[in-house]
Amino acid sequence: MMAAEAPSDEAGLAAQIAAARAAREPLLIAGNASKAPMLRPVQAARTLSTRNLAGITLHSPAELVLSARAGTTLSEIEEALAAHGQHLIAEPPDLHVLLGTESAATLGGTVAANLSGPRRIAGGAIRDHVLGMRAVNGEGTAIRSGGRVLKNVTGLDLCKLIAGSFGTLAVMTEITLKVLPAPERTGTVAIAGLDAAAGVAALAAALGSPYAVSAAAYLPDGAAEALPGLAGLAVHPGVALARIEEFAPSVAYRSERLAAALGRFGAARVIEDAESRPLWRTIRDALPLAAGLAESDAVWRISVPPSQGPRLAAAAAAVGGRWFLDWGGGLVWISAPADEARHRSITEAASAAGGVWTLLRAPASLRPGLTALPPLSPTLERLTRRVKAAFDPAGILNPGRMYAGI
Amino acid sequence: MIALPEPKAAVVARREAILADLARLVGPDALVSEPHCLRAYETDGLAVYRQPPLAVVLPSTTEEVAALLRYCKAEGIRVVPRGAGTSLSGGALPLADAVVIGLMRMNRILAIDYADRVASVQAGVTNLGITGAVSTQGFFYAPDPSSQLACMIGGNIAMNSGGAHCLKYGVTANNVLGLTIVTIEGEIIRLGGTHLDAAGYDWLGILTGSEGQLAIVTEVTVRILRSAEGSRAMLAAFRSNEVAGACVAAIIGSGIIPVALEFMDRPAIHACEAFAHAGYPLDAEAMLIIEVEGSPAEQEDLMSRLGEIVGRFDPLGLKIATTAEESAAIWKGRKGAFGAIGRISPDYLCMDGVIPTSQLSSVLHRIGEMSRSFGLAVANIFHAGDGNLHPLILFDANDPESMAKAEKFGAEILKLCVAVGGCLTGEHGVGVEKRELMGVQFSAADLEQQRRVKSVFDPDWLLNPSKVFPLGATPPVIHAA
Ligand SMILES: Cc1cc2nc3c(=O)[nH]c(=O)nc-3n(C[C@H](O)[C@H](O)[C@H](O)COP(=O)(O)OP(=O)(O)OC[C@H]3O[C@@H](n4cnc5c(N)ncnc54)[C@H](O)[C@@H]3O)c2cc1C
Repeated sequence: MMAAEAPSDEAGLAAQIAAARAAREPLLIAGNASKAPMLRPVQAARTLSTRNLAGITLHSPAELVLSARAGTTLSEIEEALAAHGQHLIAEPPDLHVLLGTESAATLGGTVAANLSGPRRIAGGAIRDHVLGMRAVNGEGTAIRSGGRVLKNVTGLDLCKLIAGSFGTLAVMTEITLKVLPAPERTGTVAIAGLDAAAGVAALAAALGSPYAVSAAAYLPDGAAEALPGLAGLAVHPGVALARIEEFAPSVAYRSERLAAALGRFGAARVIEDAESRPLWRTIRDALPLAAGLAESDAVWRISVPPSQGPRLAAAAAAVGGRWFLDWGGGLVWISAPADEARHRSITEAASAAGGVWTLLRAPASLRPGLTALPPLSPTLERLTRRVKAAFDPAGILNPGRMYAGI
Repeated sequence: MIALPEPKAAVVARREAILADLARLVGPDALVSEPHCLRAYETDGLAVYRQPPLAVVLPSTTEEVAALLRYCKAEGIRVVPRGAGTSLSGGALPLADAVVIGLMRMNRILAIDYADRVASVQAGVTNLGITGAVSTQGFFYAPDPSSQLACMIGGNIAMNSGGAHCLKYGVTANNVLGLTIVTIEGEIIRLGGTHLDAAGYDWLGILTGSEGQLAIVTEVTVRILRSAEGSRAMLAAFRSNEVAGACVAAIIGSGIIPVALEFMDRPAIHACEAFAHAGYPLDAEAMLIIEVEGSPAEQEDLMSRLGEIVGRFDPLGLKIATTAEESAAIWKGRKGAFGAIGRISPDYLCMDGVIPTSQLSSVLHRIGEMSRSFGLAVANIFHAGDGNLHPLILFDANDPESMAKAEKFGAEILKLCVAVGGCLTGEHGVGVEKRELMGVQFSAADLEQQRRVKSVFDPDWLLNPSKVFPLGATPPVIHAA
């Protein structure tokens, strides 16, 4: 049985870390553990959770800022924003179905994993929207970086390092985000009957158009089954989808123009707001892969130059995997039966395409032996170890979560 | 005046030998050592500080930068990286014992890929040079500092520069995908690439805005965006700063995020109008420049929504451009603002504090009071949507008393920004100018954590010393496993 602490204030959390540091006892850092299957398992006798550090501490709609304690759930934040017609710019996914965990992703966990959804290509990553944070480093010292204003270049931006560091540098206790008005209307231009190469070319044309496309995905027919808005469309071999989010008249105008501009790729259907919204939630949460996932499957999330998406799709197909593309081809979701040989061929294909990969889940027996992120060059490994030591000299925060031995 | 550290006497004494070594490393034509030539590098955009360096070198390749840094590290010589020298915070100010490494010869565009929407360039390419290289295809590089004709992308990375359009398109950090950096050890590291969200710790994020403290940037890969169908500006004049500030809040609250939302107060309006004859309303206390994008019909729709909102705030005047020329005329005064202020005052200091936008009118009111008590005029121009103030303090640098007062006034404004929940600098950086104010914004523990990250990259603190961090503290030592 693992000992679990869940302090309800920052001082309590800092005291736990200071004690662990004095005892040189590693801690597993978690929010609600909805992302526990991601990356590598942590060997620690004790868990330190931020789940009781909860609640929105500031929402100033006219200033476009929201602050919340790290353990606040994303759904609570999304509801509070929606009440004022606002949203999270990065559209972070809810991966609990894909990962087979409880739903209740926290803000802290989402920022620690730097997880962003379809709007990433137009609005930036969630890390881009972190204006400031409070955190406790591996010595139990509370630190603050950034602030609550929209622009800030004062000093080194430690928020950038801590966001995406999976709890290995410091434990975030409160985070301030930039937020934006939610769009009045959305619409999606769909072109079916395209293979991956043509689909990604269509998405590149869409993203290179002046119509401010806010999301661009390609799904092969297997993955596109049962997607909202596609009923009656002859999808095979796949469908390219481009989203517009604007005021209502602009959505009407831009989707029509975009459909015309993409005419050379095929006939387009415009999916209206009511179906466009659930369509992109399904893509955001990678549900096309989650359906039919077996315990023995692994899932990879791969970021490549968009034009390389089809190459990764081919690599996935070659090992019997299922896949789909987001981010105009630049985000490749793959699932396949887990084994070392498949892991090698998929990750090698990602590296060869000039991209990076994250192992999102794999059977417990295989996880300790698999690299979860691209291996570091000797110079980057040295810098990584030094940054780790600068925040967590005793190496007690989530050791091994990202890289074995760090 | 802010103090510069004592030059290392041992380094200065070896100057001739060091010059010979530098000439060997980069070739004599890339070495600047004559006193009258060094004068060209003695200052940057914060011209009240001047200090010629030991020498300037102008490498042409990443390998030359690596050789130079390896040499400086071995010899214990301080290094000041330099782009175009437009820093407004003294970020590129030399030191008497430092070698300035100027990146201006590294000015090639390396690759442009429209399908993946990225451009790779050397650090000495100007900001506008990137847009210039892609504009024939209808693309642009989004962050647009007013200095974009001169400032270089390496300097933009170092300062995490913003511009009038970053409310919509983000600042430099949001548009960078890859960097080639050289560490003080002379190691060449390629970070990121042409994909989003590089793996591992966010090296791109910590380097962007690091003000030359961590490494020298030699190559940069940025996202390029397709331009909107068109854009149009509107000018709205108001009876008070309060009303203009309330109008800004109402615009944002309505769900419209204009591509630009610029605020000018009465002194700024008068200075810019006298200089640019842009047709600005001289009877107004405050004015906003608001820009929207889209097709002509979309612009029309947004302008009518905005016109309705502005109308609720009893405007003194409202001018909606109907042609590109009229838009350009509205921007003309704002774009020439620094030159305009330069005409009415021998010198000015440009502050760069940021405040929560709800504090706008009370902060402008306080700045007005301070202006009267210091006896120095101030003009306010700023990015209203994001609360990034640019109070321009007018003074005379030939008068030491005026200069001392201006610096004190500036510091008081920045302390006020922090006190109302804001920060010292939104886009110009800490540099040498705001170094000693860091303790106003950060606790000792916050600063110590930043110093440790500095030591991770630069254990001997040779890179751009005496900037960003208050002088006096000993560099932390990092013991990595
Ligand atoms: C008239 C005027 C208007 C301005 N408007 C804006 C504005 O709208 N928005 C804004 O954000 N800024 C603005 N600035 C400030 C300035 O232009 C920016 O900070 C710019 O990014 C500096 O670029 P530079 O090439 O001139 O860099 P420099 O001034 O040469 O250097 C700036 C800093 O970067 C470091 N550095 C330079 N190159 C490198 C490199 N390759 N690797 C590592 N470190 C490096 C230097 O050591 C220094 O600390 C303005 C300045 C002026 C004079």
